[in-house]
Amino acid sequence: MLGADAMARCLKEENVGVVFGYPGVAICPFFNSMLSVDIERVLVRTEQNAAHMASGYARISGKVGVCVATSGPGATNLITGIATAYADSIPIVCITGQVDSGQLGSDVFQEADITGAVESFVKYSYLVKNVEDIPRIFREAFHIASTGRRGPVLIDVPIDIQNAVISRFVYPAEVNLRTYKPTVKGHTEQIKKVIKAITGSKRPIICVGGGVHLSDATYEVRNFAHKYGIPVVSTLMGLSVMPTNDPLYFGMVGNNGKPYANKAMNESDLIIMIGARVADRAISQPDLIMDNTVLVHIDVDPAEIGKNVGPHIPLVGDIKAIFEEINKYDAECNCADWVETLNGYKADAPQRKKPRAEYVDPAVFITMLSEKLNDDAIYVADVGQNQMWSCGYHIVKNGRFLTSGGMGTMGYSIPAAIGARAAEPQRQIVAVCGDGSFQMSMMELATMQQHGLPVKIIIFHNGYLGLVREYQYHVYKGHYSVVDLSGSPDFGKLSEAYGIPFYKLKNMEGASKVLDDFLSCKDPALMEVMIDPMDVVK
Amino acid sequence: MKRLYSVLVENRSGVLMKVAGLFSRRMFNIDSLAVGETDDPNVSCITIVSSGEKNTLEQIEKQLNKKIDVIKIKTFNEEESVSRELILVKVKYNKSTRREIMEICEILGASIVDMSKNLLTIQLCDTPERTKLLIQMLASISIVEVARTGVLALQKCSLSD
Repeated sequence: MLGADAMARCLKEENVGVVFGYPGVAICPFFNSMLSVDIERVLVRTEQNAAHMASGYARISGKVGVCVATSGPGATNLITGIATAYADSIPIVCITGQVDSGQLGSDVFQEADITGAVESFVKYSYLVKNVEDIPRIFREAFHIASTGRRGPVLIDVPIDIQNAVISRFVYPAEVNLRTYKPTVKGHTEQIKKVIKAITGSKRPIICVGGGVHLSDATYEVRNFAHKYGIPVVSTLMGLSVMPTNDPLYFGMVGNNGKPYANKAMNESDLIIMIGARVADRAISQPDLIMDNTVLVHIDVDPAEIGKNVGPHIPLVGDIKAIFEEINKYDAECNCADWVETLNGYKADAPQRKKPRAEYVDPAVFITMLSEKLNDDAIYVADVGQNQMWSCGYHIVKNGRFLTSGGMGTMGYSIPAAIGARAAEPQRQIVAVCGDGSFQMSMMELATMQQHGLPVKIIIFHNGYLGLVREYQYHVYKGHYSVVDLSGSPDFGKLSEAYGIPFYKLKNMEGASKVLDDFLSCKDPALMEVMIDPMDVVK
Repeated sequence: MKRLYSVLVENRSGVLMKVAGLFSRRMFNIDSLAVGETDDPNVSCITIVSSGEKNTLEQIEKQLNKKIDVIKIKTFNEEESVSRELILVKVKYNKSTRREIMEICEILGASIVDMSKNLLTIQLCDTPERTKLLIQMLASISIVEVARTGVLALQKCSLSD
């Protein structure tokens, strides 16, 4: 058995269903060995998207996503995808080929120090120096990626190690890392303090973040909120923890969030942060919260607690485990008046200004789209104005909302949607992007066609990098620089070239019918939606 | 505020880069850094002196703890530690300064470990304050070059230990 066979066997042992990758000489032994295991291999069109697909796959399947690239440029192309996964704590394992270990450090063809280059974007990385270490390293890598605070792990394997003979393949049953023992169970005393704080609170609020999804604790957290009738707001990454129309749900916080969600945070006397980082986009001035509010911060990563704001009650552990425990306790909480107050704020929220009628109104369009989507549909938003409109107007029923939150990586939606499709082929999946972000990953249309991973794609076409244009309008008095997207292709012809059915919506007239046709046709399909070039998020 | 971190790490290649990289990426200060094997050849000890606000100093410890190659961290203030630094100072001398240099060495307990017609190399192993003092005293005479190890530290023994 060769090192490469051992690598493929390890993936089988980890129950990996699919790898997203791109070959090159330095990873060829591995891809050759993959022929003899029954794991799907998806050829992407650029490596960055292999990492995004692994991310989309991981977020929907709850398993570790796997992407593979060759040495040098293949590996460095992965970095943006790895950094994106790191920022949102998505569990992926990245396997890279490397030049012959005897030549490491001598700048031979396609050599890049990838473990060094990704150091600040990975949870851990390995450079395999001995073929006998492969089973242990793979076992550890999958364990590290999928436990504690999730995140990417990279394994760099020199070609001579892939070609070396491994004397004995034993996949370790257990991981024994003396330095890595993440906390799962919440401290009982701290849990009791949380219960006591709820009992004493008149205006409690729960703020959910991406950690709730990562811990698969949606059910437990919803139960917790409903048990006491505590209102809930969400960060960008926490969207779809709560259904939008849940009477206890009050929208997204932050500078692009709902004003009443921010108001709820500011006026509450008890904030329960669950799996959220209290980052700059969500809470503009974290220190302001503290004055007369009790802050409970629940997170799996002790370093997040107190990083941006000092909590009164820190609680470290896995969110699912913690809420299974918390839900066994009983507290006195009567905050119906508070919910009533918040409903008043919600009713008074200013309406969005209507754009010109000759274009599609993104707010109305997204609301209409989400009403027509299946109950458990997956909605993947890209980055930019399209993302902010999606956050604001997509109505989540019981599906998922995915986007690149921490890193804000343009071009995420299409590969992430393809990865989600690989995880759950039966589910309805829609990627919504702008004409800018679409052109950052449109090469993957070929990937989805080739591998039978079709998704529905909606392009918001306004001819601008809209969010930056909006910024330049406000900050640079409308002096636009490098935001005009003239030169974009005819998206209809492009769809035709890829053999993808095409729909186009110029304004809201007949929108319902076009959307019905688009959603009911067989996957894939692409829809171009014309947006007022001067339309703004707020 | 100064703080000392005695960080036990797995003795693997790249670990120093990971620890030092963490400091640069998160804008933490490194006042000094020293690294060496411990009595266990699989374990190295990195001694870091850092300074910053209380919050930052706490974050340093938490972020170090997240590194999978980090086995254990002990942190302490200067007063709670026995700390030493080795320093080598090369100075230019002539007839008129030689006597003064030797007096400084004598007072501070430093020794002259190498010399030529015009140059002297002085060695001192002492607390960071004393090594700093040596440099200050020699600065007026003409220092050619300085090499120092960075601070090594262990927590003070308490009577109950």
